Amino acid sequence: MNRFVLPFVVFAALAGVLYVGVKHSPDKSTMVSALLGKPAPAFELPVLGDASRKFSTSLLAGRPWVMNVWGTWCAECRVEHQALLDIARQNRVPIVGLNWRDEDAAALEWLARLGNPYTVVAVDGDGRTAINFGVYGAPETFFIDANGLVQYRHVGAMSPEVWEREFASRLPQVGMP
Amino acid sequence: MIPELGHFALVLALLLAAAQAVFGLVGAHNGDPRWMAAVRPAVAGQFVLVSAAVGVLIHAFVSFDFSVLYVASNSNSALPTFYRVAAMWGAHEGSLLLWAWILVLWTLAVAAFSRSLPASFASRVMGVLGIVSFGFLLFTLYTSNPFERILPAPADGRDLNPVLQDPALAIHPPILYMGYVGFAVAFSFACAAMLEGKLDQTWARWTRPWTTLAWCFLSVGIALGSWWAYYELGWGGYWFWDPVENASFMPWLVGTALIHSLAVTEKRGLFKSWTLLLAILAFSLSLLGTFLVRSGVLVSVHSFAADPSRGMFILAFLVIMIGGALTLYGWRAPLLKSAAGFQASGREAFLLYNNILLVIAALVVFIGTLAPLVNDALDMQAISVGPGWFTSSFPYLVLALAVLVSIGIHAAWKRGQLGAQRRRLALGAGIALFIGVVLVLVVYGAGDWRSMLGIVLGSWIIVSSLLDPIDRLRRRLSLPRAIIGMTIAHMGLGVCVIAVSTVEAYTIERDVALGPGETVAFGRHAYRFDRIEPVEGPNYEGVRAQITVLRDGLPVAVLHPEKRHYWVQRSTMTEAGIATRWNMDLFVALGEDLGAGRWSIRAQLRPLIDYIWLAAGLMALGGGLAASDRRYRARRDIAGSDAVPAAAAEAT
Repeated sequence: MNRFVLPFVVFAALAGVLYVGVKHSPDKSTMVSALLGKPAPAFELPVLGDASRKFSTSLLAGRPWVMNVWGTWCAECRVEHQALLDIARQNRVPIVGLNWRDEDAAALEWLARLGNPYTVVAVDGDGRTAINFGVYGAPETFFIDANGLVQYRHVGAMSPEVWEREFASRLPQVGMP
Repeated sequence: MIPELGHFALVLALLLAAAQAVFGLVGAHNGDPRWMAAVRPAVAGQFVLVSAAVGVLIHAFVSFDFSVLYVASNSNSALPTFYRVAAMWGAHEGSLLLWAWILVLWTLAVAAFSRSLPASFASRVMGVLGIVSFGFLLFTLYTSNPFERILPAPADGRDLNPVLQDPALAIHPPILYMGYVGFAVAFSFACAAMLEGKLDQTWARWTRPWTTLAWCFLSVGIALGSWWAYYELGWGGYWFWDPVENASFMPWLVGTALIHSLAVTEKRGLFKSWTLLLAILAFSLSLLGTFLVRSGVLVSVHSFAADPSRGMFILAFLVIMIGGALTLYGWRAPLLKSAAGFQASGREAFLLYNNILLVIAALVVFIGTLAPLVNDALDMQAISVGPGWFTSSFPYLVLALAVLVSIGIHAAWKRGQLGAQRRRLALGAGIALFIGVVLVLVVYGAGDWRSMLGIVLGSWIIVSSLLDPIDRLRRRLSLPRAIIGMTIAHMGLGVCVIAVSTVEAYTIERDVALGPGETVAFGRHAYRFDRIEPVEGPNYEGVRAQITVLRDGLPVAVLHPEKRHYWVQRSTMTEAGIATRWNMDLFVALGEDLGAGRWSIRAQLRPLIDYIWLAAGLMALGGGLAASDRRYRARRDIAGSDAVPAAAAEAT
């Protein structure tokens, strides 16, 4: 082989490796949670808009639910909001919003203006519950199964694709006995 | 409205980049002066437009326009103004825009300073730069638009990554990019030469100052990153063999080989195809670096958010640019045969050996960086390529390089008879051995043999580089900037080798738990933990400790390491407390709160560490002097009539 063609051949091989690398690049949104397969931390927090009521995880015992960590200060939360509204409209699973280190007034105004995808919003003012869940940054979404075990954690904005692939697929099939 | 204007300016700039490429390349191919005349206005227009886009984005940051998604994601109302400006390049979208802007800046410089070059050659150079610019602007607009809106706007932003809230790191990207992107100029000169089918010594003289300048920026950029890692990441290291660091180091190594190979091509008309290949490689590695950092194929502590679609785009761009250039190389390089031969002990030969070593060094870094990727791609069993891979191979390459430099400096061009230089060689080696042994045995005490050898060889480089200028001064010969620059840059290398060897062998460190009033001692020094108190900044809160360093029982420095908690991003950063002495750093970093007033503390004495960054500064200074040598400034006519001062012609 001509020595002047050699660089091209080497580069072609490298490009092939890089192509496979991109195809298989690790998806950082599936950051492993130490909680996977373990019981979700129980919590009892005031409900947004009505501090006299409390939301407790015990209310959801025996059924699967989804927890979405959000705040009005979080730009990515704004990005995923439409996707959450669409998911909520399917009405297949309760979505608990964990309003993380936010101001109640701002959060209420946000929901009034953009629509409310949440079954209930719990106020995590001091961030303690988020810490218990190992939240790394908003938004994050957790799937908790009927036995109260954390089955999936998604870091970053929710999208219809992620929902179908990772969350809807874990729900009991509609119409099955 | 204003952000949309920025977006629109980028679209227009993209069109002008396409025009620049087409008019430049097709115009030169057809020899049509009217087409070629359109290239410079296209460059100027593109510069104005991309500058406008940069200005618009900075304006959005400074005026807290959180309706721009990128601003909302990387800024905050509590962020100080300086960092709001620097936040413009704090994440992926903005730093791509910065990349594009710096490319246009280089292109504008080429447009301004290439009027003495043959018209067809200059327009080919700008045409190739136009393709690069087109690719990057398209990438920005297609996958990473920094002006994307988010409506209604969030009340406040997510804040700039706290890691980046630091003066050194704020200016690190622009300078690093000046280096990365600057190699695009050398790349374009190489492509233009291959398209013209003509490469002579004049070509090398045109290319050299551009390449050297880009290399200077890259040196400073890498050093700034390393300096930042030293005091901000908290544990006192200066180089971590992290993929992102390696991504900037590979182009530097190949760029170093390139500037030396260009010297041979300019002086002797040799190594033509090798020089071309290095010019292509240096920029290819810059592009590859961008790819590795942006695509998320390699997970690194400071890589940007992963996005496979971006990775695919850059990969396609990489294949077109590098694949295209290498195809051109395979086709045209065989036609550019070197006329003369050279002798195994001439300066040419030493520069060839140095080139080979530098390329091997780049290859070592390359393999170490990409091995995990190849591993994944081929589903092979895990082979461990960690820092061990680098530390077990790199020092030997550098030591070998040091020997070559020290000897090669004395070799003359063409008929290098090293025998004639025997006295000088012996003198240099003797002085270096004396300095090295004194340093090792008297000052620091015997250590690892590699470090002792490094100190001796580093001294040898410094002494060797100084012998020739001293000799010139004694014989009352002129001392052109090219020679002064070369001397300073080589001394920089020597200083770097000595400093790294010393730091590696003679650093003293202790990880201890200390309560108020307690002391940790090492040798004549002791660190006393005085107290810890809360501290509050504009967008963070944290604690600051006061630690007094004692020498022989007397206080010599008071250090204030901090641990900061940035409340918007919820991340914790350490700020090391460092006192710099002429011969060492007194370093202390705050670890964890162990309760009951006790804290884990890392205390270090790092000898000569600041000389590592000083060395990079020396190299850049030397490069800058050499690039501004008279023979590049004075003669702007179409060269060939070689009236370069004789002294300069003898320099590298």
